[in-house]
Order: sequence, then structure tokens, then C-alpha cells
Amino acid sequence: MTTWPILSVVTFLPTVGALLVYLVRGEDQAAQRNVRWIALWTTLVTFAVSLILVARFDPSQADFQFVEKAPWLANAITYHMGVDGISLPFVILTTALMPFCILASWKSVKVRVGEYMMAFLILETLMVGTFSSLDLVLFYLFFEGGLIPMFLIIGIWGGPRRVYASFKFFLYTFLGSVLMLLAIMALYWNAGTTDIPTLMHSAVPRSLQIWAWLAFFASFAVKMPMWPVHTWLPDAHVEAPTAGSVILAAILLKMGGYGFLRFSLPMFPLASQYFAPLIFSLSVIAIIYTSLVALMQEDMKKLIAYSSVGHMGFVTMGIFAGTTQGVAGGVFQMISHGIVSGALFLCVGIVYDRMHTREIAAYGGLVNRMPLYALVFLVFTMANVGLPGTSGFVGEFMTLIGTFKVSLPTTVFATTGVILSAAYALWLYRKVVFGALVKPSLATIKDLTWRESVTLVPLVVLTIFFGVYPKPILDVSAASVQQLVDNYNTAVTAVKAAALMQ
Amino acid sequence: MIQAIVFLPLIGAIIAGAISIVGAHARNPGGDEVEHHDDAHGVDAHAAAAHDDHGHDDHHVVEPPAAGSRAAEVITTGFLLVGAALSWFMLYDVGFAHHDVRVALFPWITSGNLQVSWTLRVDALTAVMLVVVNTVSSLVHLYSIGYMDEDPYRPRFFGYLSLFTFAMLMLVTADNLVQLFFGWEGVGLASYLLIGFWYHKPSANAAAIKAFIVNRVGDFGFALGIFAVFMLIGSTDFETIFGAAPGLAGKTIDLFGWHPDALTLTCLLLFMGAMGKSAQFLLHTWLPDAMEGPTPVSALIHAATMVTAGVFMVARLSPLFELAPDAQAFVMFIGGTTAFFAATIGLVQNDIKRIVAYSTCSQLGYMFVAMGAGAYSVGMFHLFTHAFFKALLFLGSGSVIYAMHHEQDIRNMGGLWRKIPYTFAVMSIGTLALTGFPLFAGYFSKDAIIESAYASHNTFATYAYILTVVAAGLTSFYSWRLIFKTFFGEPHDQEHYEAAHESPLTMLIPIGVLAVGSILAGFPFKEIFTSPHGVEEFFRASVKMNPHILEGMEQMPHLLGLLPTLMMIVGFAIAWLFYIRRPYLPVELANQQPLLYKFLLNKWYFDELYDVIFVRPAKWIGRFLWKVGDGMIIDGLGPDGVSARVLDVTRNAVKLQTGYLYHYAFAMLIGVAGFITWFMFGVGG
Repeated sequence: MTTWPILSVVTFLPTVGALLVYLVRGEDQAAQRNVRWIALWTTLVTFAVSLILVARFDPSQADFQFVEKAPWLANAITYHMGVDGISLPFVILTTALMPFCILASWKSVKVRVGEYMMAFLILETLMVGTFSSLDLVLFYLFFEGGLIPMFLIIGIWGGPRRVYASFKFFLYTFLGSVLMLLAIMALYWNAGTTDIPTLMHSAVPRSLQIWAWLAFFASFAVKMPMWPVHTWLPDAHVEAPTAGSVILAAILLKMGGYGFLRFSLPMFPLASQYFAPLIFSLSVIAIIYTSLVALMQEDMKKLIAYSSVGHMGFVTMGIFAGTTQGVAGGVFQMISHGIVSGALFLCVGIVYDRMHTREIAAYGGLVNRMPLYALVFLVFTMANVGLPGTSGFVGEFMTLIGTFKVSLPTTVFATTGVILSAAYALWLYRKVVFGALVKPSLATIKDLTWRESVTLVPLVVLTIFFGVYPKPILDVSAASVQQLVDNYNTAVTAVKAAALMQ
Repeated sequence: MIQAIVFLPLIGAIIAGAISIVGAHARNPGGDEVEHHDDAHGVDAHAAAAHDDHGHDDHHVVEPPAAGSRAAEVITTGFLLVGAALSWFMLYDVGFAHHDVRVALFPWITSGNLQVSWTLRVDALTAVMLVVVNTVSSLVHLYSIGYMDEDPYRPRFFGYLSLFTFAMLMLVTADNLVQLFFGWEGVGLASYLLIGFWYHKPSANAAAIKAFIVNRVGDFGFALGIFAVFMLIGSTDFETIFGAAPGLAGKTIDLFGWHPDALTLTCLLLFMGAMGKSAQFLLHTWLPDAMEGPTPVSALIHAATMVTAGVFMVARLSPLFELAPDAQAFVMFIGGTTAFFAATIGLVQNDIKRIVAYSTCSQLGYMFVAMGAGAYSVGMFHLFTHAFFKALLFLGSGSVIYAMHHEQDIRNMGGLWRKIPYTFAVMSIGTLALTGFPLFAGYFSKDAIIESAYASHNTFATYAYILTVVAAGLTSFYSWRLIFKTFFGEPHDQEHYEAAHESPLTMLIPIGVLAVGSILAGFPFKEIFTSPHGVEEFFRASVKMNPHILEGMEQMPHLLGLLPTLMMIVGFAIAWLFYIRRPYLPVELANQQPLLYKFLLNKWYFDELYDVIFVRPAKWIGRFLWKVGDGMIIDGLGPDGVSARVLDVTRNAVKLQTGYLYHYAFAMLIGVAGFITWFMFGVGG
């Protein structure tokens, strides 16, 4: 059906843009302006092309579509790309959020603009590649490659403690990835291929499943991040520039969840089932622990970062429940969190650009001078709280309802998250937005500019639209999710039946 | 037609919201540059401080009203009046002509067997709620035009009011539990915004957050209840649930190794939501604080509509509750306790709105007693009459407050009946209705509830019967205390007294209409709500009554039936004695019983108790986990420990400049390259 390699175009178009940026030399005003426009247009065109994927995608099919396959390295490794209903939403999320990131950096980044934009464009290639590669080695390259530009973005354009933060970020993710690399080798030795679709349908011995699952888990749990390997995230967020935080929260975190869906569940169903209680415990701890910690934060970004960890707890819980609603809810929650947390970081960035502080105590009463900002921030706060009618509710609700029949205690504890999230989110909103405007430093603060409104209003619309009508996302992923869940259940029950026979 | 009823308020809210945001943006233009003129700073800060001082005694901000305020008022109020008219027609059409409505709009959450859609459902139960919600809401909109006339943020206020009405209508027209939950949390949001409407007041912000979070505690149970229903039945649609519920008898749920009856547990979880929303005992603490909001809000949300959502929910789910007698027993226990407990606190409060708030809490307890007895229609009857007289009492209090220039303490009032006779008259009507004076609305509904408690075979029937009878006396006492202290005796604040004046017509008309409602909502509707035949004809399948309760109520001994009225008279007499005849008595009594007085004045110390057992520990644990859990244990043993060692090494090797970042990136690339090399040679070769 496809006549041209759309997926590769979407993946590598940003790299082309990065090359163009590279060609623009100089640090003067004109060069900087050109660089910004090139980056913006590149991301916009990429997004437009990625929409063709949506238009041509057949949601009734569970298998991979837009498949491209070419021999690449040695005999075993192929350049194999394709998307199914689980990965397509992430691809679109990535391409859709990039223009906002570029816009958000329009004025706040003043040094090394060219390099900055290049890092972002290359990062986009790597992220789209991660979500659409169907070969383990290719996946690994994209997955780990994404670390480098992010590392540079935090380390070069970050805040005062950027060195510590990027160090921590690197250390955590790198340790996880080393283990994943070992598992990839083990899988290759076992099956003789690194082709993901083939591996998804080939049985892996139980003992190998356990070890490989743990190795992949090490990598994905850090990316997610799950408790207790989450402490890099608050630091990374605090130090990263606004757009870096947006990408980190909206997309890089989703790679962990995507990995669980693409590898852990389909390739190691027995291990997944075996370790599900562990995941449940860690998820519940994450939800309650990080929500309580978020209550006490003094830095806006840290608070949102901790709340992200909590929200990702819902995702892992839903995925490993292995039910249709749990898995579909996990996918939806990740997309929704991508939009909402990205937007929340944009909101923080807006006041940071004005006041150059993220300390909650430095604000108060913004509504008096920034009514539009107050409204926008309110919508995202409510989505973060999981208010029905916003996209945040749908994901939380589905993961919880999907987990209920698998593990009741998990659901009971996880549902306390709805109380705690309300507490920290409303507290933040009250401290920053409500109240009388008495601080002299805020007396002349101004409301959203036209550019800022352009970045936030579409996200407001999406948050409410998907809250009221989540069907577009749910429909795209439904067939693939159903297949995943069916295969998982078949594998698990087959073993149970075999055990009974003996 | 139902689409018009439900969505007109939404359209109104959007228009008013747009007017508000355009106006606000015009006053506060955008810009990402902060002006850095030191002089300007000083002046602005000074102006802000001066402005704040002024803002202490009243809420008027010296600012011109937003452009289009009048348009926002007229549009939202007009839409609501249309909605109210249509609702009354709908009540006739559905209740008496039996034309039930079910309109499927579009799918919402669809995944596997979870199929939730947006659907509007109108049966007799819903029709009653539509009338209550839209009638009170339209009158409150009208009233607010007068009450808020000095507030520059009126478009925002009317936007919130209409948004609330929309959410409430979605709640009552829900055809499945998830949409009910949508409306449920939607009204919670509107309530949060309206309580915190005067956002420069710290107490208003605190109250708004408290209301939202305490409600969320209830919603925690509600959500789990929905999950349990879905697990047991595989659907959230009411018809499917009610059809499958009888088959669940005897089923159990495994909860931490304990095996409670599935239906009982589910009903208790769902009821937890109702306890939060309807401010029942243990989850009541937010309601009195919610009085920080503008008075029309208290009338609409915290008296007539939102807080009754819990009662509506139990009535809606009556087919489930009828199968779970243990859950019903709990409902009656909580209802009876709240009716009594809130009334005792109401005895000693001095803030006019808080007295009425505790009264609301107590009356909601009465409604739950009826729900526990299985007399759902009777509970709905009280909901219906209560909406009129309680909204009247709140709006009347608002009129008093307006007359007294935002004075709310009844100790500073007195003798006002000469100054504001119209308000005095309607407040008296409301009080007569509330206390159950014969032939006023509350007389029929409240006595019916007490009878239902008497006739019920519920475990807690006697408990609830005694407490509701006692509470009837307490209700009469605190209600008349309010009237006597406000309108009789000598003025305590001469200055405010002299300046007191009757409210404008836009405020007097709504309270007049409500006063008429407080009389007429009772007797004419008695038949359809309380007689076995009338209920059968009117409600049909929309509620599942306890099959014996209405007959049982009719067999009540006649003398016992007079008991509540007797209590009412006793309460009145004591109030008269205390506050008209011998005003020194209450002071003496308070001095004689300081412990009891303090206990009641401090609302049974619930706020203090919750602060000690929930709020402080949560904060303490949060700080502990952050500093010790994350900071010392995880980071200390993990990355910091490791990175400290690595840093020690690299400090010698590499300069600590940004250059070393590239160094690590380079190392990464080398690693990847090494891996590829290994693969190419290892596999290919």
C-alpha cells in the first residue's frame, strides 16, 4: 500500500533539518533567527508527514504497518521499521510536541542556539526511531542514542547544578542499558535473530525469560522511572531547560512504558506474570511515596517531576495487570501524561522566563495579573489531578479498573493517589496562582504573549478533547492491545494447564 | 428538549467565561518582559499594599466591572430560566405522562468489555432533580445579579454558576456510573472554584482546597465502588447493573483475606462517595468552611443541589441498596448520627451562614435516614422541599448580610425586623418550613422521614428514630435562635443597624418565589412522594422502594406521629425563653457547662482531630521520605555514592568544565560502536 517509506521519512527528516541548521553559521541575531525558523519548520513538516501515518493507518489490524525492511549489518541485523497501534500514538505524540518545544525555546535560549536546535532535532529522530524500530539492535541504538542529546541539553543549557543532574541522569540510565544489552545478546543466542516481530512469537525458555525480563526491567524501570530508581528525574527536570523538561516528561519517560509493552509482556509473558506482584508493589509505593514527597516540595519543577513518577506508577500497574483495560489504559495514560506534564512544564517555564526562579514561595497571586495563564494552568492542574472530562481521568480510571480484578489490594492503595494528587496539585496552584498579589517583584509581571498562547492553547484543547472523546487514541491502539493481551493470557494459561496435567 | 436543558447552561458558561477572560486579558495585557524600573516597583508595591488593607473590611475591589458584565448576567440567567421552565414541563411529561427519555450522545470510554457512553436519561427520579436544580439555579442566578452588583468579576462568577449547573445536570441525567462520576467531580470543581471565588482571601482558598480534598476522600470510595461493580457485572450501565444485581446475592469479594459480601461492600464503597458529597458525619468538615464562598453559592451548591447529590445517588442505586441490608443499616446509622450531631453544633454557632450550614448537614442526615429505611421517595420528598426552604434561608441570610454590609455574626445584629421587614417575613417562612410547622413544606417531608425510621425494620431504626425526633427539637431551637438574635431584641451594632436597608428587587423576587415554594412544595406533592399508590404511579421503576415501608408508615400510632411537632414547639419555647424572655440564661448556661459549650462551639473538635491524625503525619511522612528516603538512602547509597567515587577519579583526569560532558557522550558512542563491531565480526565473520 505504501509507495514511499513514510516512516523513515518521519524518522530522518529532523536529521535533515539538523544538517540545515549546521549549515547556518554564525552567532549573530540573523543567524539565530534563521536557525529557529528552520527548526520550527522542520518539526512542523515532520508532524504533517506523520499525520499521513494516521490517515493511512488501518486500526482494525493488530500487526505492524508501514513496514520497511532492508538488510543492514552482518546477516542477522536488518533495518526493520514499522508501527502498530501501540507505537503509533507515541510517534505522533513525539512529532506533535516537538514544535511546541521549539517555540518554548524561542526566546529563553540565547547561547549556542544552533547546537541547541540540532540537539533537539536529532533527539526527535532518535525518539521516533525508538518507537518505530522492529529490530533489537536498531532499537537499542535509537533508545540509547537518545541519551546523548538529552545529556547535552541538560549539561549545557541547564541550570546551576546541571553537571550533577546530567551526571546522575547518565549514571542511572547507562547502568540500566548495560544490562539490557546483555539481554539482547542472550536473546540473539537463543533465537538466532534480533527481529522483534519474530521474537514476539517465539517461545523463550522460562529460565531465560526470568533473566532477560530482569535485565530489560533494569533499563525500563530507570527510564519510567519507577521507585526506587526515580531520584534522577527530579534533579534532571529541575536543571533542564524548559523544552528539555517537556521532552523528558512527555516522551523519554514513555520509552520505559513502551519497552514494557513491546518486550517484557509479549516476549517474556511467564516472567511478566511471575514478577507482576513486584511491579504492583513498586507501582503502589511510587504512587503513594512520591505523592507524599510532592506535598512537601518547594520547587515547582520538582513537584511536577515527583507527580510524574506517581502517574507513571499507574502506567506500570495497568500494563502488568495484563487486562485489556489495564494495558489500553496504560497506553492512554502515557499519551495523556505526555500532553499534560509537558504542558505543566511549559507553564512553569513561562513564569521562570519572567522571574528566573522556580521557588514556589517566590510566587503568589499571579491570577491578578495573569488571568489567561491562571486559566490554562488550572486546566492542566485539573488534568493532573485526574478530573473527569480531562484526559488525565481516562487513563487513571482505565488502569485502575483494569487492575481491580487482578489485584484488589493494589487498586485500593493506588486509588489513594486520587486524594494525594489533589492535595499537592491544588496546594501548588493556590500558592502560585491564588492569593493577593503582594510581592513587589511580581507587581509588573505580564500575561501570556501571543507566542506562549500558541504553545498552550492547542494543548488545552487536546486535554479536554481526549477527556471527553478519547476514542481516537483508544481505537488506534485497541486491536494491537487486544492481541497483546490475548497472547499474554494464552501463554500464561497454557503453562498453568500444563502444570495441572503433570 | 433534554439536550437543551442540559447544554444551555454549558453554553452560557462558555459565553460568560469568554467575556470574563477577554475582559481580564484586556486589563492585564501579555508580555514576557518584566519592567525593571525601581520607582515603578515602589509605587506598585505600595499601591498593592494599600489596596490590600482596604480589602479587609469588604470584598469590593475598586475596579470597574468587566466589559460585558451585563451581557454575561442576562445570557446565563436567561438560559437558566428557559431551562427551569422546560424542567417543570419535563416533570409533568415524565412523571405524569410517563414519557421517559433516553438519549445516547456519543461513546466515551471504550475498551474491551468496558463500554461507557455519554447518555442523557430522564425518568421520574431525574425529573424531580431537574426541577430542583434548574429552579433553584435560575433563582440564584437572578439573585446574584443584585447580590454581586459591586463585584468587578461578575462574568467569571456567572460562568462558574452556569458551569456548576451543567455539571449537576450531567450528574442527574447520567445513565451509567462513570458519567455520574463525571458530574460528581464536575460539581466538585465548580464548588472549588466558587468557594475560592474571592481568591485574595486566604481563608477562602483554604476552604476551597479542603472541600475538594475531603470530597476526594469520598470519591476514593466511590471510584472503588465503580471498579467493584464493573468487576462483578462487567458493565457500568444502570439498566445492566440493576438487571444483574439480584444474581449477585451471596457472592463475596476477597479483600486482604477477608471475605465480605460483594454487594454490601460495593454499596458501602459507593456510599462513601455520598458521605463526602453530602457532608455526612466524619466527612462533614468541609461544608461549614465552604461558607467562605459568596452567599448565592452557599444557597445553590451547599444547600439545595450539590450536597444532595449523595442522596440522589443512593436513590438512583436503590436496586443495589435494597439487596444489601447491612449497607442500608450503615446508611441509616450515619444519617441518624449526622442529623443529631450537626444539630448540636448548630445550637451554639454565631455566624449566620454557619448555623444554616450545620442545619443543612443535619437535614441531609434526615434524608439518609429515609434512604436507609428503603423509603427512597420519602427521602427525595425532603430533598425537594428542603431545596426550597434552605435556599430561601441562605438567600435570606444573604439579604441580611447585604443589608448589614457583610456582617455575618448574629451577635452584632438584632432588631432588624423593623429595618428589613420583607427579609424578616421570608426568613420566618423558611424557618417555619424547616422546623416542620404544620402545613409548611418541611412538615410533610420531615415527619414522613421520622415515620419511615419508626416503621423500618433496619437494625438502626430505633436509634435513628430517637435521634431524628430529638434533632427536630434542636432544629427548632437553633432556627428560632437565629431569627430572634437577628431580628428581635436591641441592635448591637448601632452604626450598621442605622445603615441597614432592604435589598434590591432582583434579590427580593427570587426569595419571594422560594418563600412561596416553601409553602407549596409540601402538601400538593405529598401524594406522589409518600402514598403507596402515588409513588407507584409517579416513580414507577426509577426507584426500588422497600416493599413494606410505605404501608408501615401509614400504620404509625397517631400520638407518636405528633411527637415531632411537639418537639418543634418545645424547641421554639426554649429559644423564646432564652433569647426574648430571659436573655441572660444562655450565658449562665454556657458558664455552668463550659466543657460542653466548648465542645459544641469547637464542632466536636473534628478539625483539630483530623489535623493531628491526617494532615500533620502526611506532611511529616512526606518530608521524611523526601529528605531521608530519597536524599539519604536512595541517593546516598546509589548515584551520589557512586558518582562521588567516579568524580574523585575524573577530577584528576579531566577538567571540571562542560568539556567533560562531551567526554561522556563520546564514551557512549564508543560503547555503541564497540557493540556494533562485535556484532559485525562476531556474527558475520
